Amino acid sequence: MIHFVVHDENDSVGVVVVEGVKSGQELTGWIMDQDKEIKVHAKNDIPIGHKLAIRELKANETVVKYSVDIGRAVAAIKVGEHAHVHNIKTKRW
Amino acid sequence: MSIDLKSASFHGYKRENGRIGVRNHVLVLPVDDLSNAACEAVANNIKGTLAIPHPYGRLQFGADLELHFKTLIGTGSNPNVAAVVVIGIEDGWAKRVADGIAATGKPVSFFGIEGHGDMETIRRGSKAAKDYVHWASELRREERPLKDLWVSTKCGESDTTSGIGANPCVGNAFDKLYAHGVTLVFGETTELTGGEQLVAARCRTPQVRDKFMFMFNRYQEVIDRHKTSDLMDSQPTKGNIAGGLTTIEEKALGNIQKIGRNCLVDGVLDKAETPSGPGLWFMDSSSAAAEMVTLCAAAGFAAHFFPTGQGNVIGNPILPVIKICANPRTVRLMADHVDVDVSGITRRELTMDQAGDKLLESMFRTANGRLTAAEALGHREFVLTRLYESA
Repeated sequence: MIHFVVHDENDSVGVVVVEGVKSGQELTGWIMDQDKEIKVHAKNDIPIGHKLAIRELKANETVVKYSVDIGRAVAAIKVGEHAHVHNIKTKRW
Repeated sequence: MSIDLKSASFHGYKRENGRIGVRNHVLVLPVDDLSNAACEAVANNIKGTLAIPHPYGRLQFGADLELHFKTLIGTGSNPNVAAVVVIGIEDGWAKRVADGIAATGKPVSFFGIEGHGDMETIRRGSKAAKDYVHWASELRREERPLKDLWVSTKCGESDTTSGIGANPCVGNAFDKLYAHGVTLVFGETTELTGGEQLVAARCRTPQVRDKFMFMFNRYQEVIDRHKTSDLMDSQPTKGNIAGGLTTIEEKALGNIQKIGRNCLVDGVLDKAETPSGPGLWFMDSSSAAAEMVTLCAAAGFAAHFFPTGQGNVIGNPILPVIKICANPRTVRLMADHVDVDVSGITRRELTMDQAGDKLLESMFRTANGRLTAAEALGHREFVLTRLYESA
């Protein structure tokens, strides 16, 4: 069963695609472009559609999704942690 | 099994100017806010007509006024419209809109309220509308090749599943339609922010690329002039953020999935401008759903692909809006709004190629007359884009 989807293996985040993901749960991810699977342990409860980090991010580091820059981490983010507006911000506006 | 698009056809209404419509509306079109009441009264009197009230048309000037006329004339000229009754507060601008629509060759009449009052205008307008309904209801659909269908796209209340499933599904369908000479459009200028370089790289010629970047930068200047801190809560929207989208860049990269992987951007249009040939066009436009879809209708598009994540419920009075959704939660909670469920993509049960075909099947059925969810639910959002304050 797929719990989260990653666009590209270069990405730093994946997207939870099932409801009810709980902290501590082992999750299976599908990397679409390379058609591979990975496993990550969730560090928070994560709602459907929300992202989790699949690699460690330092504060100010660029966040990558679709193999492209989608903004910067404004706090350190650990693997399996919920990644959203509380720890990522746009570089544009 | 893939759909054979080479010999594919649909049944549509051939209009006087050769364009093909998939709906057969008799419109009652107000030039201005003051004429809404009379238009709605005419539409109430004469069954089979459709009034499209809106709040503007007074004291506009310059480019903003030009866009107002272009949008009204374009809406009346759309091939999904058989005939039009135009009502304005006075004759001059009502005639200007009617003359613009009459250039297509379709039947159109105009009425000014001043000097007559609402009651008399409603009587005269109703008589014209009744004649049009009798005439239009005898028009018959005819078989037409796929390339005669013009298809637009714009997404709304997107979330992360839009970029995973619903938008690339539209992209897959666009790639297939593009290969068969269909006229296509996308837009949402600010919603390309963070991915504009990817669109620029897809432009067919340096001239097209320069025009695209001009339009993109022109809109960025509007944002820069009026923004407070950032556009969080508006771009991305509250709904986007609730759905997991974090930044405008992330939203833009999901948005861009709608133009597929193979088609090139053949040309750039200003707001409500009609394309001059087949291919994929970029239209400078707001990213607000109803504004963008209204501009697509005014540019002459006959069917619309609308991917959503969190469940935008938008429709348009004359342009059938087909909703595509890949979010399993939204599909479960808002099934009555979803025309094409592609949530199987997130479960690896549906390939993108199958999802694209599923959308194309829905497109043909819609073009042949099947009402979309938004049409059945009565969604008729007609929203005019304003460029600046009235005088």
